[in-house]
Amino acid sequence: MGYTLNFGAVWRDFDLLLSGLGLGLGLAIVSIFAGCWIGLVAAFAMNSKHVLWRRVASCYVTAIRNTPLLVLILFSFFVLPRLGIRLGKVESFTVTLSIYAGAYLTEVFRGALLALPRGLREAGLAIGLTEWQAKIWITIPIMLRNAFPALGNNFISLFKDTSLAAAIAVPELTFYARQINVNTFRVIETWLVASLMYVAACYLIAAGLRFFERRLAISR
Amino acid sequence: MVEPGTFLYELWVSRWAILDGFGTTVLVSMLAIVLGTILGTLVGLVLVYGGWVSRFLVRIYVDFVRGTPVFVLVLASFYLLSQIGIQLTAFQAGLFALVVFCSTHVGENLRGALQSLPRGQTEAAKAIGLTFPQIFVYVLAPQALRQALPAWINTATEMVKASTLLSVIGVAELLLVSRQIISRNFMSLEFYFFAGLIYFLIDYAIERAGKAVERRVALPS
Amino acid sequence: MVQPILQIENLHKKFKDVEVLKGVDLSLETGDVVSIIGSSGSGKTTLLRCVNMLEEFHQGRILIDGEEIGYSGPRHKARKESEIARQRAMTGMVFQQFNLFPHMTALRNVTLGLTKVKKMPAEEANAIAGKWLARVGMSDRCDHHPGQLSGGQQQRVAIARAVAMNPKVMLFDEVTSALDPELVNEVLNVIKDLANEGMTMLLVTHEMKFAFEVSDRVVFMNQGRIEEEGPPEELFRKPKSQRLAEFLKSSKF
Repeated sequence: MGYTLNFGAVWRDFDLLLSGLGLGLGLAIVSIFAGCWIGLVAAFAMNSKHVLWRRVASCYVTAIRNTPLLVLILFSFFVLPRLGIRLGKVESFTVTLSIYAGAYLTEVFRGALLALPRGLREAGLAIGLTEWQAKIWITIPIMLRNAFPALGNNFISLFKDTSLAAAIAVPELTFYARQINVNTFRVIETWLVASLMYVAACYLIAAGLRFFERRLAISR
Repeated sequence: MVEPGTFLYELWVSRWAILDGFGTTVLVSMLAIVLGTILGTLVGLVLVYGGWVSRFLVRIYVDFVRGTPVFVLVLASFYLLSQIGIQLTAFQAGLFALVVFCSTHVGENLRGALQSLPRGQTEAAKAIGLTFPQIFVYVLAPQALRQALPAWINTATEMVKASTLLSVIGVAELLLVSRQIISRNFMSLEFYFFAGLIYFLIDYAIERAGKAVERRVALPS
Repeated sequence: MVQPILQIENLHKKFKDVEVLKGVDLSLETGDVVSIIGSSGSGKTTLLRCVNMLEEFHQGRILIDGEEIGYSGPRHKARKESEIARQRAMTGMVFQQFNLFPHMTALRNVTLGLTKVKKMPAEEANAIAGKWLARVGMSDRCDHHPGQLSGGQQQRVAIARAVAMNPKVMLFDEVTSALDPELVNEVLNVIKDLANEGMTMLLVTHEMKFAFEVSDRVVFMNQGRIEEEGPPEELFRKPKSQRLAEFLKSSKF
């Protein structure tokens, strides 16, 4: 024993940790946006009249949701180049995380779509909107509001999932934490600071989301 | 006969390593789920029925762990525990992190389920003269467990997926074994796909079994 | 003088700073059927819940068959939980929202208290539960779960659950308020039968006609106090206080 806490080494590299945190947040933001598009399309495919669309969408969701994210990350990083798709590690990770997010968001949107009262679409059609117009102006905006809390939770877990990017040496928070740990042996300080940064970031995001949620809420 | 150099040949050559890895994955996931559920039940009970000091401390534990990525928990527990004098193998350190992670999910789930029960249930049970332990065992727990079941099954599949993170600290579970095989024969497509398929099958089986159990315990209406 | 089976003396109860019961006195003798009427917020439900110790109270005493319940001594010391549980079983309570245990069959709902509180063997408990379920007309639904029963049926099972414990006093808390109108009578008829057999009852109700028919005495509560008390004929036909007259007018008796 005889371990005395000394945060000096960690503070010296604190800007690295901060930049890692920033990159993680950026990756999560890009992925949730891309994931939302994928999720929206797949959710509508799941409710589609055509069996083929429904099959494809549900295969995608089931396959991705039941496969570990780390396996997906390694697969795209090591296998895609062999198939002629050359991506940098950041790009590769972003694509993977987006596809991963898309599967979870599909479920979110599908649930939100099912929860919408039937009358809304019919009321839209009744005032002369086409199916597409009704989707764009009525169904989707209301659904997005209803899905907002679930979207927020998904964003927070995506942000935590960006830690896995360290496995393919993407320089985000966990990557730097490990580096500082190995270089300085200030084990306790490093991991304490790193996890506190994650906790604080998650807490702030959650607080921000609650604020937006209140503003977005349709008053009744 | 299967020719050398093909996927099936390589698979056959590495069959024992893969089986070992599969066994480790199943073992670590199962232990994490069982131990995490036991610890998580305590967490949930304290969150609902604890005094304010214990509730406050457990709340910090839960929020801290849930705000931290599992991967960080695994790495921290691997590097950190030995530093403070607890000598653990990589397997044990990784398992410890998964149990902690699992306990917070089970705990929050149980808390939510118990608190969602209508107050009238407790009141009606009190009114016929049951004591609190009896109310909990006969009235609250059976309803809370039914409510908590779907999320618990989801947690179980999460634990299987999270067990892959142990490959990074050198636990020879299915993913690390696959990576070792790939480093020998460079068949990354085939073996990553194969590993992914196995994980898929494990999780899919858990999900199906869970749905079947849910149907069996569902209340008639 | 006969000892009252239920005696409430100078009962005071506060929620935070608001005093909802401001000194209530009431007593019931064995076989009495007493209805409490009054507008919402008058404290009538709170009074009932105090008798079953679902609410704490700050001053006053409640005695059942001469035994002080919930608290003891002049210092108003709270009793132990096991003690309170035993005393609760002396009264039977039926709730507005039925509160049947959804994971148990109708029969098991009734036998739970018999086997766990009264420690009866399962056979005896089943026989008693079966008898009471028959009395409320639910024999053919013994193995149904609450989710499979209508509101009126659930409430009848809830009544069986309470009376099967053989309580000294039955408490009914607006038991028909959550029911569809067409299901109200089946429940009221069950209660009437029990009343005619001499069961001691204290009811909170909005059903004025029912209160008129079933009660030996009616109590009108207003702002945490008993404003008027008497036989139903007097109370409903010749209200003394202005407030009761207004209340009866607004409730279309």
